[in-house]
Amino acid sequence: VSRVKLREVAFSRAGDKGDISNVSVIPYAESDWEWIREQVTVARVVAVYGPLVRGPIERYELPGIKALNFVMRGALEGGVSRTLALDLHGKSRGALMGTIEVERPEPPGGVQG
Amino acid sequence: MGATTTLRLGGGAGYETDWIEPAVVLAERGNLDYLCFETLAERTLALAQRRRQADPRDGFNPTLVARMRACLPPCVRNGVRVIGNFGAANPPAATDRLAALAAEMGYPGLKIATVTGDDVRDALEPDLPIWETGQTLADLPGELVAANAYLGVEPIVEALAAGADIIVTGRVADPALFLAPMVHEFGWPLDDWRRLGQGTVVGHLLECSAYVTGGNYLDPGFTEHVPDLASIGFPIGEVAPDGTAVITKVSGTGGLVTPLTCKAQLVYEIGDPARYLTPDVVADFRGVRLEADGRDRVRVCGGGGNARPDSLKVSVAIEDGFIGESEVAWGGPGALAKARAMAEAVERKLAPLRNILEDLRFDLVGVNSILGAAAPEPAAEPNEVRLRVAARSREESAARAVAGTFRDFVMVAPLGAGAERSGVRKVIGLYSTTLPRERVCPKVEIRTVGGALA
Repeated sequence: VSRVKLREVAFSRAGDKGDISNVSVIPYAESDWEWIREQVTVARVVAVYGPLVRGPIERYELPGIKALNFVMRGALEGGVSRTLALDLHGKSRGALMGTIEVERPEPPGGVQG
Repeated sequence: MGATTTLRLGGGAGYETDWIEPAVVLAERGNLDYLCFETLAERTLALAQRRRQADPRDGFNPTLVARMRACLPPCVRNGVRVIGNFGAANPPAATDRLAALAAEMGYPGLKIATVTGDDVRDALEPDLPIWETGQTLADLPGELVAANAYLGVEPIVEALAAGADIIVTGRVADPALFLAPMVHEFGWPLDDWRRLGQGTVVGHLLECSAYVTGGNYLDPGFTEHVPDLASIGFPIGEVAPDGTAVITKVSGTGGLVTPLTCKAQLVYEIGDPARYLTPDVVADFRGVRLEADGRDRVRVCGGGGNARPDSLKVSVAIEDGFIGESEVAWGGPGALAKARAMAEAVERKLAPLRNILEDLRFDLVGVNSILGAAAPEPAAEPNEVRLRVAARSREESAARAVAGTFRDFVMVAPLGAGAERSGVRKVIGLYSTTLPRERVCPKVEIRTVGGALA
């Protein structure tokens, strides 16, 4: 295995509904889905987003498109209308997901080059 | 109607003041049947309601006239019907303005439908539960500005059946703008949950304009390059009678449509993918598949659905006080230490106001203003730092005092403070409740341009 940042193998987009922020995890290659799915747990996400989120963080799978959705309650300091944050919608926070470190399995047949 | 051919829907806008030109390109070259405009974010309608209070002929989308002046000629020429929630807080006034515009542009006989009934201020009871606070409507601290139910497809379908060329709505569920023409053209029963669910998936993919065609996607060095963002194409959905569709865009426009850009939009602003709640269906996104179907073409299928909810979501907006903010910057060595020293002094200076400030916040732009408590300590000293102080209060005078902070520190601040900016804004507080479906009564009115009300 090799240790990489999640950003190397997946991307994330953040959205908002009221005081709820949702952040996706979308692997670039569907062949990476199974191991990303196993490693990107609620605990890993709480370790990164915990200081920003007052409520629970829920994890959902979209097996058809091979993606994850994390729903964070109480994440936007009251939401777009009331928050004192500069980023009213929390759209720039999706990037934090990419800082999670994951263990990428070596492809079968060994490392190339 | 039970049409058997493909229906072509264009996503003409994803927010209040979205680009007009890509919608014109869609109307001219998209070979469309319908061009749909989603222009109402959560807060937008309450801001429009404030404009309506100031002027009873206002309160609709501020870009409506410019948008339709540009889009009407190609839409009329190509027989493209228009559906938009650009009526915002005053759909009848939007229709008045559109009818005048269409008459002026020489389109007599155009039929414009107005959908109202989303404004439910008169149907509210003080004991309605508010989701966010766990209390009741009566407990909300500010004056009510707006209360709008999310309407579904029914009034839009009624307007389409009556032959409307343009449909003006206020608050409707975003995907309903796209689902309505599918229901109308394909004759889907309103309890065909599977097809309504799949159609809702397609609507959700189309409702945010460039968010599915390469906007909010590019990460240089990680994603593939997204060409020509400045002339990005807005999306087209080619929908089959079973609700499966291809998402694409006009060839020659900028942007990209790939399974990844579509996945990004599918998961955008959703909660539990098994239960995407709309007034028309509880859509199930879990089985959705997005597969490449040639260049800038992605096939979408597999959406499901369950019976629609018995109640409708209502967004309640109140006057919620004021936010004052002030910023100032330092450059070069020591900037961060100076900003921190200033923050400490400002906090002391504002101490007498603390009991009327609901919330006080300091940001160091370039250090922690975006990632907040999750930001790591900077690895190296930043080249420059911008300090921001912001506070919310029910008292406008307190918000003004916070906004004046750095001006008031002009002679006192640590060495070399500059680039001061400040502002005060009124806060709209947004809350959610539900009303039983039967308490919400959508109405449709049809007007013919150059004629009287039908």
